Amino acid sequence: MHLRDRLARIDIHGAPYLFIAPFFLLFGIFGLFPLGYTLWVSLHDWTLLGGNEGWVGFGNYTELFSDDYFWNSLLNTFAIFLIATIPQMLVALGLAQVLNASLRAITFWRVGVIIPTATSVAAVGIIFTMAFSRDFGIVNWMIGLVGVDPIAWNQERIPSWIAIATMVDWRWTGYNALILLAALQAVPKDLYESARLDGASAARQFWSITIPMLRPTLMFVVTVSTIGGIQLFTEPLLFNPGANAITGGDMRQFQTSAMYVVEQAFTGQRFGYAATVAWVLFAVIVLVSLVNSLLVRRIRSAD
Amino acid sequence: MSHTRRSRWLATAAALVAMSSLAACGGDDSGSDSGEDVTLRVNLFGKFGYTDLYKQFEEEHPGVKIVETAEGDLGKYNTQLTQRIAAGSGAGDVVAIEEGQAVNFLASADKFVNLQEHGAKDLEDQFLPWKFAGATTADGATTIGLGTDVGGLAMCYRRDLFEKAGLPTDREAVAALWPTWDEFIATGEKFQDGIKGSDAKFIDSATNTYNSILMQSADHTYFDKDDNLVIESNPAVKAAWDKALEMDEKGISAELKSFSPEWNAGFKNGDFATIACPAWMTGYIKDQAGEENAGKWDIATVPGGGGNWGGSWLAVPADSKNQDIAIELVKFLSNADGQLAAFNAVGNLPSNPNLYEDPALQEATNPYFSDAPVGQLFVAGAANLEPVFLGAKNQPVRDAVENAMRSVENGQRSSSEGWDVAVNDAEKAAG
Repeated sequence: MHLRDRLARIDIHGAPYLFIAPFFLLFGIFGLFPLGYTLWVSLHDWTLLGGNEGWVGFGNYTELFSDDYFWNSLLNTFAIFLIATIPQMLVALGLAQVLNASLRAITFWRVGVIIPTATSVAAVGIIFTMAFSRDFGIVNWMIGLVGVDPIAWNQERIPSWIAIATMVDWRWTGYNALILLAALQAVPKDLYESARLDGASAARQFWSITIPMLRPTLMFVVTVSTIGGIQLFTEPLLFNPGANAITGGDMRQFQTSAMYVVEQAFTGQRFGYAATVAWVLFAVIVLVSLVNSLLVRRIRSAD
Repeated sequence: MSHTRRSRWLATAAALVAMSSLAACGGDDSGSDSGEDVTLRVNLFGKFGYTDLYKQFEEEHPGVKIVETAEGDLGKYNTQLTQRIAAGSGAGDVVAIEEGQAVNFLASADKFVNLQEHGAKDLEDQFLPWKFAGATTADGATTIGLGTDVGGLAMCYRRDLFEKAGLPTDREAVAALWPTWDEFIATGEKFQDGIKGSDAKFIDSATNTYNSILMQSADHTYFDKDDNLVIESNPAVKAAWDKALEMDEKGISAELKSFSPEWNAGFKNGDFATIACPAWMTGYIKDQAGEENAGKWDIATVPGGGGNWGGSWLAVPADSKNQDIAIELVKFLSNADGQLAAFNAVGNLPSNPNLYEDPALQEATNPYFSDAPVGQLFVAGAANLEPVFLGAKNQPVRDAVENAMRSVENGQRSSSEGWDVAVNDAEKAAG
């Protein structure tokens, strides 16, 4: 074979790898390496200022499994995640349906739902924290109009979960609605036409055509929400302004696991232990994502 | 509100600072001293009152520009500073070390410039002996910071609310009401009786009062001098805990969380009539209560007789690229004139004992606090102040105890449950 041919072959077969190489290079440096290094740190007694203070093997992990505050943070994380995500998915699906209909000024509405996503999470945190304030919050004023006593939103457990879930939903429902809308528009119209000819009701069309056709998109939306939900940090942090914000309330009633990582690393200065929490959290995310994809897979596929 | 917004902004600014100094890594270390333009980054918390001093320093050193970032929340500041010192980058050229962090940083003294190599020993008589010793390693060979202020304690109170409640308003008469904390509580009950129909409470929160009582009752708090956790065996801690929560039981606490928006608003709205007031707190009160409340506040002596809460050192991180000029700035800010200027600007009580005789300090009054003779008030006990030893893990332990105390204050736990949680969490935090 001539050199030119050989070069051409390398070009054809090698070039794609070359093109994707930068991603994997960067992922290696900023993704894989920190992941491995965190694992290494988690096997040591490692303080923030003092650095490595000796190998402890799985000592940090055994400590973690009997650490009530870690399990408490995991419970909070999942509770907030569920309270936030389930209504969010349903509302997003509904919104997508509405936005898919022929409305006046459709672009206005479609842009409208995504505006909350573009706002800064810090601003959302501050505004919602004011709204949910015990003494001068608008939420307590409104429930007061229907005769409900003021709720100390950031002191009680379930109210604090609901308040934080509200912040999350306010920011992300519109975003998910737009993604679902894009998927809806890709559903071939003739499917609905033939269904109508066969006499299928609107509900039947929704369950037998729309949902199956949306399956891959739903999977994406659910997975991304899961990752975001389990890493939830800024909203609960801002929900507890003032001293010791990182503990998520005086009783740790809304401290998420991500906050616990930061608390251990920087307030407690236990880098090794924080790395352990981070790794277990990573494992939990992988596990939940797997469960999610199994569940979504059960939706009957359209193909 | 503005506090939170400001700290967000500061966090962003600090992040930018961190990034730009990362970019500066690998630069020539000696480049700064050759007369080129230098930007000195000063990283502080709360209020140090240095604005005018910076201008003076900049005028005396052409080409030097000083940029200050100040975090409002001490816990957050300590965390960020530790993080950056540990990372060896982004801490700035001059940093403030708060009393609770000194032991922690002394354990990693190599992360800071040893000021003894730059003439600090000659300045030793410029500071209260324990102040100088507080930022010096046990072997006496390394000094990482020069003292700025000490936290002499007093009690700030609202004249207008006292009047409404039928209590005396004159500061001597007020001081006579509460030589001890028990009498302070009794006064609080009288206040609540007198001001019926108003939402105002006598104190802002149990936690602030708790810290004052604790800091005046022993030479160590959560940790003994060998840095062992003694929260259970040091009777001062439990005594302060019980006394502070007694105030809440008697219904004289507004139960506001320090540095929260509600607490900040409370200064302005008159939600509480007194607050334990280390010298540095006066600047914060003035900021939060605002000009419209000028003259409503006043200062009296604190129950229990003096005490020290707070106070800082200025240090130069070893990763500073402009060490020589930064050391000069530290000396400039912490010398007698600098301390006096800071006192006049925000009320921070000097740690230089030579100033305590100085008429400029002795005769100083604070117009915002009804012309209270702040010089005399704070100086009175300052010369006799005893240092309080705080362990390396003081901040996380203090956080844990305060959290537990707030949960009792909010009625989520009983006092004894809260105490068990405090001890338990403290043990965990001390590691």
